[in-house]
Amino acid sequence: MSAASAQSCLAANDWICGEYLRSRSQELTDATVEHVLITATSIGIAVLIAFPLALLARRWRLASAGILSLTTALYTVPTLAMYALLLPFFGISVSLVICGLVLYSLTILVRNILTGLRSVPVEAREAAIGLGYGRTRLLFTVELPLALPALMAGLRIATVSAVSLTTVGAIVDNGGLGNLIYAAMDSYFKAQVLTASVLCVLLAITADLLLLGLQRLLTPWTRAAAGGRRARRAAGAPVRDAVLDDARATV
Amino acid sequence: MNAILDAWTWLTTADHWTGRGGVWQRLGEHLELTGLCLLLSAMLALPLAFWLGHGGGRRYGGALAINISNAGRAVPTFAVLVLLTISPVGEHGELPTIIALVLFGVPPLLTNAYVGIAEADRDVVEAARGMGMSPTQLLLRVELPLAFPLLMTGVRTAAVQLVATASLAALAAGGGLGRVITAGFDTNNTAQVFAGAVLVAGLALLVEGFLALVQRLIDPHRRPRDGHAETATGRSVSTTPEMETTT
Repeated sequence: MSAASAQSCLAANDWICGEYLRSRSQELTDATVEHVLITATSIGIAVLIAFPLALLARRWRLASAGILSLTTALYTVPTLAMYALLLPFFGISVSLVICGLVLYSLTILVRNILTGLRSVPVEAREAAIGLGYGRTRLLFTVELPLALPALMAGLRIATVSAVSLTTVGAIVDNGGLGNLIYAAMDSYFKAQVLTASVLCVLLAITADLLLLGLQRLLTPWTRAAAGGRRARRAAGAPVRDAVLDDARATV
Repeated sequence: MNAILDAWTWLTTADHWTGRGGVWQRLGEHLELTGLCLLLSAMLALPLAFWLGHGGGRRYGGALAINISNAGRAVPTFAVLVLLTISPVGEHGELPTIIALVLFGVPPLLTNAYVGIAEADRDVVEAARGMGMSPTQLLLRVELPLAFPLLMTGVRTAAVQLVATASLAALAAGGGLGRVITAGFDTNNTAQVFAGAVLVAGLALLVEGFLALVQRLIDPHRRPRDGHAETATGRSVSTTPEMETTT
């Protein structure tokens, strides 16, 4: 108990412990890599599914009502219940966690892609059609780039949420950093719980910043057009919602 | 699906519902915890939102509300629950769960109520002020009714969020319906896991549906409109359904 040296912080069960970082760095790296892989796979699959769904929802009113209410209802299901509901279909596996995360991400992605596509100015669309653009070319060269800010905003929200929801996968032993948290809970291993939690938050922030950077690279025109107000807001905030908000304002 | 049939059998066995640790007891714990924390969250968030939206902190209110709701999304609920449980707070029974629930209930309430008040039609507010209404009258009779739909969206989001977090509490040794699921995992009883999941998911959907009904019944405007009319008018910051997070 007296003046714990660096070596004995594990024995003293301190919250912050350099010795823990050194001795378990491999374990921490593995868990972080697993966490990133699970999150990235889920978001990747979700984008692939959400895109056609959003196109479908845009084309037919009936489909839009069905798709939106179904994905919203899925979003209401608590994570623990979601993973448990998928158990009979996947067994205890990493696919179970990924499927759960995909289902959650769909709500956000479909809505935002739809918002983005609907916000494309009619003039832009008509000009392209007048130039003889076909449906596919119109979608990929005109509509999609213009929908990109809203799409990216959705992607960022979905990713940050997925990073935090992955931890619950610990219940089926596939939760990345969540596994370390869950395992350390019973033994009150403070350093491990705190380190894994902090890493998880850092992961969410890093992913968000990376996606923000990607968005800026992909949409150089939004910065050129930005007036003082928008520039100030963008500078002042790591803010998904402001980005989403700006995307909305163009509707 | 055999597993689903087994779960149905589990759910329809009366023994699983009554007695200590039965579904009824867990449901009671779940609702009690959720209700209490929703109340506490509202007591914290709403006065702050009214003050910020009403003018007190109008300049910084928006940024504050947005940042709080963003931070809430990046923080893993499960990690917070475990951290609180193994910290000294954990010695006080349900306290870690209550703190975590209130923590995650505040952002949707704060953001939506703030946006509702701040975006209340300025002309109407100015007219009311011109008629000589006191700030209290203004808040109660003009701004609150105008902000009502958004405010209720916040309440619904927070309620679903709390139901979700309360089921997660079972992982960190708390009570509630999540306990049915975790107990099923511990005993390798897939039927019970699935049955518990159906109960938790059903409760979340039920709470959402019930509050939507309440909103419809007590809406001061009482005019026919579809659910999205209100969010579509305002320049909404964080009010659309895609902002809800489940835990």
